[in-house]
Amino acid sequence: MNVEAALAIQTSTAPKTGADLLIKSLIEEGVELLFGYPGGAVLPIYDAIYRARDEIKHILFRHEQGSIHAAEGYARITGKPGVVIATSGPGATNLVTGIADAMMDSLPLVIFTGQVATSVIGTDAFQESDIMAITTPITKHNYQVRSAGDLPRIVKEAFHIASTGRPGPVVIDIPKDISAGEIDDSDLKSDFFLPGYQPTTKPNPLQIKKLAEALSKSRKPVLLAGAGVLHAKASEELRNFAEKHSLPVVTTLLGLGSFPAESPLSLGMGGMHGTYTANMALYECDLLINIGARFDDRLTGNLKHFAPNAKVAHIDIDPAEIGKVVITHIPIVSDAKEALCELSSQSVEPLVHHEWMEKLEQNKLQFPLWYKNNDSDMCPQWLMRAIHQATNGDAVITTDVGQHQMWAAQYYQFSEPHRWVTSGGLGTMGFGFPAAIGAQIASPESKVIAIVGDAGFQMTLQELSVVHELKLPIKIIIVNNGALGMVRQWQETFYENRYSHSVLQSQPDFSMLAESYQVRGIKVTSQEELLSVLPDVMAYDGPVLMDCRVLQQENVYPMIAPGKGLHEMIGVKE
Amino acid sequence: MRRIITATVQNRSGVLNRVTGLLQRRQFNIESISVGPTETEGISKMTLVVDVEDSQKLEQVTKQLNKQIDVLKVSDITDKAIVARELALIKVAGGGQLRSEIKGIIEPFRASIIDVSKDSLAIQVTGKPEKIEALIELLRPYGIKELSRTGLTAFLRGQQPQVTEMNSYSLLK
Ligand SMILES: Cc1ncc(C[n+]2csc(CCOP(=O)(O)OP(=O)(O)O)c2C)c(N)n1
Repeated sequence: MNVEAALAIQTSTAPKTGADLLIKSLIEEGVELLFGYPGGAVLPIYDAIYRARDEIKHILFRHEQGSIHAAEGYARITGKPGVVIATSGPGATNLVTGIADAMMDSLPLVIFTGQVATSVIGTDAFQESDIMAITTPITKHNYQVRSAGDLPRIVKEAFHIASTGRPGPVVIDIPKDISAGEIDDSDLKSDFFLPGYQPTTKPNPLQIKKLAEALSKSRKPVLLAGAGVLHAKASEELRNFAEKHSLPVVTTLLGLGSFPAESPLSLGMGGMHGTYTANMALYECDLLINIGARFDDRLTGNLKHFAPNAKVAHIDIDPAEIGKVVITHIPIVSDAKEALCELSSQSVEPLVHHEWMEKLEQNKLQFPLWYKNNDSDMCPQWLMRAIHQATNGDAVITTDVGQHQMWAAQYYQFSEPHRWVTSGGLGTMGFGFPAAIGAQIASPESKVIAIVGDAGFQMTLQELSVVHELKLPIKIIIVNNGALGMVRQWQETFYENRYSHSVLQSQPDFSMLAESYQVRGIKVTSQEELLSVLPDVMAYDGPVLMDCRVLQQENVYPMIAPGKGLHEMIGVKE
Repeated sequence: MRRIITATVQNRSGVLNRVTGLLQRRQFNIESISVGPTETEGISKMTLVVDVEDSQKLEQVTKQLNKQIDVLKVSDITDKAIVARELALIKVAGGGQLRSEIKGIIEPFRASIIDVSKDSLAIQVTGKPEKIEALIELLRPYGIKELSRTGLTAFLRGQQPQVTEMNSYSLLK
């Protein structure tokens, strides 16, 4: 027998180990890509990945946190689960921030962690950590595999759980003896039945009717659109519904893009750094229809002053979100798309709400977002508008956490869904840059811009290696204010300028840093300079890092101070 | 308010951890929890006695429990017609003549002595929590050396009153 024939037999034979079976199950699930980092407990899995290298791709990150944020970016753009692999112990614990982030922001992930061999679990073996207990409160579900024969079923269940209902992360912990062990997979079943998990996706017709009636009677209605609209891919339905009845729309931070910002019906983002018009609409409305948002405290402000005169309708696929913090009169457990379709087919009396609409229009004109510009220094808000212009408003924007995130949310006007990737619920610094890697992989044709702070970028910048390696044309824009800007702002506003550890005393030269990773680096210090390099940067067919030196003293306004109500915004345009 | 909640769960590893962890994280106070297999193989039942502030919190507990993949059914049975029992083992100091005195005390409670040594005796009692509490109080003067309680377990009576407007009475109130 010649070598080729032997090889052919070797690769065509049925899976030999638990790890081969795992990879086969992933391929059957349609997985094309793994985000990972190897180590002792997953060596059998990496060996199987090597064997299956023609069928499944793996990207090696430089830190497990980078791999999981990238998987989140991928999941946010595609709606499909991002698949992550890490080794036991430190590999697994390095994923914790990303798992918690995905749980908060309802992102579908399937995460495989290696575990020490079954025989030594519980003995504090080398690189053992109780990742089941650690991840129980931050996963939608988790498994520890007890027998390799269960793998096909568990993998199927995990993808189902992660991507249906309210999406979320699922962890599968695999002891090394399970992945290394030989297995005969000829009569394994992957059928599953989850009697305890049957998400309600269709709305109750009676509740829909009630909502239609409430709408008929409303004089001051407002829609609040959250990420649930995006998960359900219901932007078109939302738009039809809003336009049919001429309803004003507020979006949450994570809901940006679910409704076109340029629509005359759009009031912009609500919440702590939302627009005056959006927050006053939430405050004064008599009917609030929440579609797929969870009334996060950064949105509601002080609950005592949240929509005090409104009848509240809440459409959410997760029943536990309804009535959790805001008393809800019309609860509708449903997928956003299904509910919007049902709602649109209801007959609603023509609304009498022109006074309300006029008032909102008036607010928009009188109290728009504002900042003081000067022509020389770089104002961060101005920078966001320049990026918007240079990308025709059509880029995928990922951000890190802090002031730059809020400015991006305020000034990058999204007209399309699935273009916005940010860490909302957990507010994870270090998220933005690796998330851009996942987003670019998910959407190779898109222009992907990572807008990050100088501090947050330093938490996961090691992934520049990946950007170079994969030649991903991501544009990294560091909004460099030489400070932990958002912390500095709070210290200025609420702690009488006591800048305790929020101004950076030392920083790398970011453009040189980029160059050392063989990524093009540019330093920009003025508006003029930015305008002259931006077209070239955007047109460049490879990664670029732009270190943009912006004004340090700039603050994000308007703002609802902690503990205050929606109607108590400070820093509104005079 | 104290509520009795039962949860039917799939008997998979980690489910107890998930349930208790969730109650703790969401700041629900558990007074007692008892778990055991049911008539169906692979299915267990948990009986939880929780102390919640108001009905909104109560709704959250049941919703959050229901959300767990391995939780099949959650019921707040506090206001239903139910049978609810707890078992307690009480070790009391007492030898010689004290023994017959204690016997006299526990008899109306239909409790029994299940272990006797030179200077102590162990009593087993079953019933509603308040009955158990009453017995404990009566035995306290004799010196309780050890006390162990199972927590409440409960289910619905075979027949539920037809009235929809049932007065909310509770075995625990
Ligand atoms: C992992 C993590 N640590 C700390 C914080 C708290 N925090 C929120 S914003 C911020 C400052 C961010 O600074 P930078 O990345 O430079 O962005 P800027 O606010 O200046 O735009 C900090 C420290 C956080 N959100 N995440």
